[in-house]
Amino acid sequence: MNMRRYSPLARAMALTVFVFLFAQMAFAHPQKGEAVGFLTGFRHPISGLDHVLAMVAVGLWGAQLGAPAIWVLPVAFPMVMAFGGMLGLMGVPLPGTEYGIALSAILLGAAVLFEVRPPLGIAAALVGFFAIFHGHAHGTELPPGQSALLYSMGFVIATGCLHALGIGIGTVHRWAWGQKLLRVAGALVVIGGSFFMWKAVA
Amino acid sequence: MKNSSQSRPPLYGFVIFTFAMCALPADAHLNTTGMGPFYDGLMHFLMSPEDIVPVLALALLAGLRGANYGRRALFTLPVAWLLGGLAGLSALTAKPQPFVAAAWFLLLGGLLAADAKVSLRVTTALAALLGLYHGYLNGIGMGQFDTAAVALLGLVFAVFVLIALAAAFVVRLRAHWARIAVRVAGSWIAASGLLMLGWAVRTR
Repeated sequence: MNMRRYSPLARAMALTVFVFLFAQMAFAHPQKGEAVGFLTGFRHPISGLDHVLAMVAVGLWGAQLGAPAIWVLPVAFPMVMAFGGMLGLMGVPLPGTEYGIALSAILLGAAVLFEVRPPLGIAAALVGFFAIFHGHAHGTELPPGQSALLYSMGFVIATGCLHALGIGIGTVHRWAWGQKLLRVAGALVVIGGSFFMWKAVA
Repeated sequence: MKNSSQSRPPLYGFVIFTFAMCALPADAHLNTTGMGPFYDGLMHFLMSPEDIVPVLALALLAGLRGANYGRRALFTLPVAWLLGGLAGLSALTAKPQPFVAAAWFLLLGGLLAADAKVSLRVTTALAALLGLYHGYLNGIGMGQFDTAAVALLGLVFAVFVLIALAAAFVVRLRAHWARIAVRVAGSWIAASGLLMLGWAVRTR
């Protein structure tokens, strides 16, 4: 059989169909196990749109600013967010968490919208400051009975993937139309952040 | 003419993604693989993220520093792991300390994220301490089996293979972005360590 007759896409689709023929059991209810811990942790950052907006905005802003911010900001955010999560887990109170999260989306979105280019230290400090609010919210909302290690890893990896998504989208910055598109994305993040601020205040 | 190799990375990514979506449930801490104690030990390591992640972090750190560091870690860590394991086999009991596990994540992940210019001696000391600590805990966990020593050999073999592959992979990296990606992985490990620390305090 000559496989060269089929395009890579056709071969990939055929393989996908083949794989999905092996249907797995459905687990309708949460199980006590380590895989559940990882998946729960992975789902947590992507389950709230307010978190998603801010984290993607970090990636977008990093892509706009270019090196070294493109990797410093996504490294700083998970580290400081984890610190905030640690405070939340320890029960250290942090007032105005919801306001901080909403404000982070507004300011980070505005930074993307107006292509603000502060010194790297200020950008990292701004991102780090708001990361504490996001981490604290996650830490206090932590479900009981999960695997600490796998939950933490899933949580951090999901956060990193959201930044990577933002950076991936931000690569369009090299084109003129892409720069405009990014600014529109920044405006959308500002609108989303304003909505969550309104909800927090109301 | 279109270069067919250009479409390969997305295609491979698609296939890997498809298989990942069909992942089977992980059965950690198997009592037996059915293939003997050597493979039981090997699988025990591969199913224990609390063991794998620090080893991976050390391998990446050593790889970033260069081939010398990689070679030193390659032989120090498995030997220390074996010695620790043998000591653990003869121990009665010990309780794993979540604070220590979190500290290893923080330390190794932090050094990796910072691309710290650690000396060869420090790298060797880290490998020895990590191997002794984790090997000891593994040895205690295997103490109830008659064939624990063989299982320990399988486990040490897995440690050797993982550190060899990971360190060699990083040593070869020359692209700036690839080395940064390794450091990002370090920041993720350190961040996980911070969360584990908070968790340990919460459940104390």
